[in-house]
Amino acid sequence: MATQQSRSAARMMLAPAVVLLLAWMLVPLIMTLWFSFRKFLPLRGGDLGFAGFDNYTRFISSSAFWPSVQTTLIIVGGVLLITIVLGVILALLLDQPMWGQGVVRILVIAPFFVMPTVSALVWKNMFMDPVNGLFAHLWKFFGAEPIQWLSQESLTSIVMIVSWQWLPFATLILLTAVQSLDSEQLEAAEMDGAPYLKRFWYIVLPHLSRAITIVLLIQTIFLLSIFAEIFVTTGGAFGTKTLTYLIFQRVLESQNVGLGSAGGVYAIILANIVAIFLMRIVGKNLDT
Amino acid sequence: MGRITLKQVTKSFGDVEVIPPLDLEINDGEFVVFVGPSGCGKSTLLRLIAGLEDTSGGTIEIDGKDATGLPPAKRSLAMVFQSYALYPHMTVRKNIAFPMRMAGVDKAEQKRRIENAASVLNLTDYLDRRPGQLSGGQRQRVAIGRAIVREPAAFLFDEPLSNLDAALRVGMRMEISELHTRLKTTMVYVTHDQVEAMTMADKIVVLRAGHIEQVGSPLDLYREPRNLFVAGFIGSPKMNLLQGSEAEKRGAVTMGIRPEHITVSATEAAWRGTVGVSEHLGSDTFFLVNLEGYPDPITVRADGEVSLHPGDTIHLIPDESRIHRFDAQGLRIP
Repeated sequence: MATQQSRSAARMMLAPAVVLLLAWMLVPLIMTLWFSFRKFLPLRGGDLGFAGFDNYTRFISSSAFWPSVQTTLIIVGGVLLITIVLGVILALLLDQPMWGQGVVRILVIAPFFVMPTVSALVWKNMFMDPVNGLFAHLWKFFGAEPIQWLSQESLTSIVMIVSWQWLPFATLILLTAVQSLDSEQLEAAEMDGAPYLKRFWYIVLPHLSRAITIVLLIQTIFLLSIFAEIFVTTGGAFGTKTLTYLIFQRVLESQNVGLGSAGGVYAIILANIVAIFLMRIVGKNLDT
Repeated sequence: MGRITLKQVTKSFGDVEVIPPLDLEINDGEFVVFVGPSGCGKSTLLRLIAGLEDTSGGTIEIDGKDATGLPPAKRSLAMVFQSYALYPHMTVRKNIAFPMRMAGVDKAEQKRRIENAASVLNLTDYLDRRPGQLSGGQRQRVAIGRAIVREPAAFLFDEPLSNLDAALRVGMRMEISELHTRLKTTMVYVTHDQVEAMTMADKIVVLRAGHIEQVGSPLDLYREPRNLFVAGFIGSPKMNLLQGSEAEKRGAVTMGIRPEHITVSATEAAWRGTVGVSEHLGSDTFFLVNLEGYPDPITVRADGEVSLHPGDTIHLIPDESRIHRFDAQGLRIP
């Protein structure tokens, strides 16, 4: 795109996509902002006029708000930790030559293809059911009292389900990064006297840092808005109400669009705070 | 000290035997070059010595001690890789310090050795850069620096110059030779380039399909190649190999004569031919000459400023004392 002409042609051709994207983003955002300043109760009179900052103060002063923020952060943090640690380990294992490599790799990716609703229901009914679940049988086999996963260990359960879904994604990205590591570097480190763990720490892990950053950023975006897994398992009970779920309850269960919209704006702010922190911590990995 | 002895060493990958039983003695302080066409097993042999591959049989001794089962780090050998294998996320200083850090050398000693290596290799100004910010030649020197600081018994080089451009390669060749004269440490060097082998080696090991074809000093190999393969491999341009009547006249199946041992004559002489393609290098000129009665042209060296044109008839005098004779098995007839 060197000449004046090709530059303007490029702009022309990009314009439809840019306009469409802007509309796609801006229309919902402006509508959310608009509704957040209205008293809008669809089943109790509809749009009842301007409400000022009333929705914002009511949303934040609700007793459910701070616990929901905390729950959101715990789920995001927990899932990130589990998927990245296990993802690195799995990637290193899958990189080893073994019999049936192709099949194993497909099996590892498989959970990612299962819809969130389905996988959450499978976990809820097949594994975590306190009477018929596999875990219950396992606990009974060892003579222990089965755990009532979704009520006693509700947050752990959700983290487990969501981690299971996202582990393939992390593994896949990290596996490609592991495969791109120059084997001569590892051999050089071996000649230099570094045993396996030190080779991992000084050579492999720095090599993976960029891939880990990407996994971290992409997963955070999606994890902040998980919904189906909570909806079909605990329904937001037992301390599993995330900010997203709280907004859903305000809009659909309390039929208060204005209040929910204000929550949506808070969710945007939370996402940005998380993003700023993440970029501060890991963003420099993307530069080099 | 750095004496390496290979006794009946073999290596197979699955059913394929890459290196049939092989014996080799590398003396302390020697600059040994393994040379051969690609796929001849020279890199595999180096990796066996380094310990990066396990031997399938035989023993490797370093300084008289059996090192066959030792891990690479315990063999006190340092290796320079073809791709340099620098650690991209570490500065030059940290790259060079890495082996010492792994060995637990104390900080002051580390610093002393790094500065020493950096001044030897002209890297002092680049110590705080990353490998990505260095040129090919500088990266090469960092890789050598990383090897030097370990003060190893022997250095192993795996085609270290093949990623450099021609001019830089000549320079680095000199630097490595100088380094060897200064350190007097054993060096084992793998290359497919016979010019590198001839210019650097104390001892050349010519390999083909895992077999050692000949071991000797560069001039030994040049003067008395043991067989046709070595004759054709060592020397640039290649030795002319002729069969038929000329060879039979001298009691051989194949005769060889190097381009530099043929003189162009103004008058009628032993051989007559027509000039084909010529390469003018300034100092020398190489002609391809179609000899009468031979399908393949031979190469002839002449002075740089001889003017001959394609199609000219020329007369050639081979230097009878420099003719190599080979029998039906391709072995040298003394």
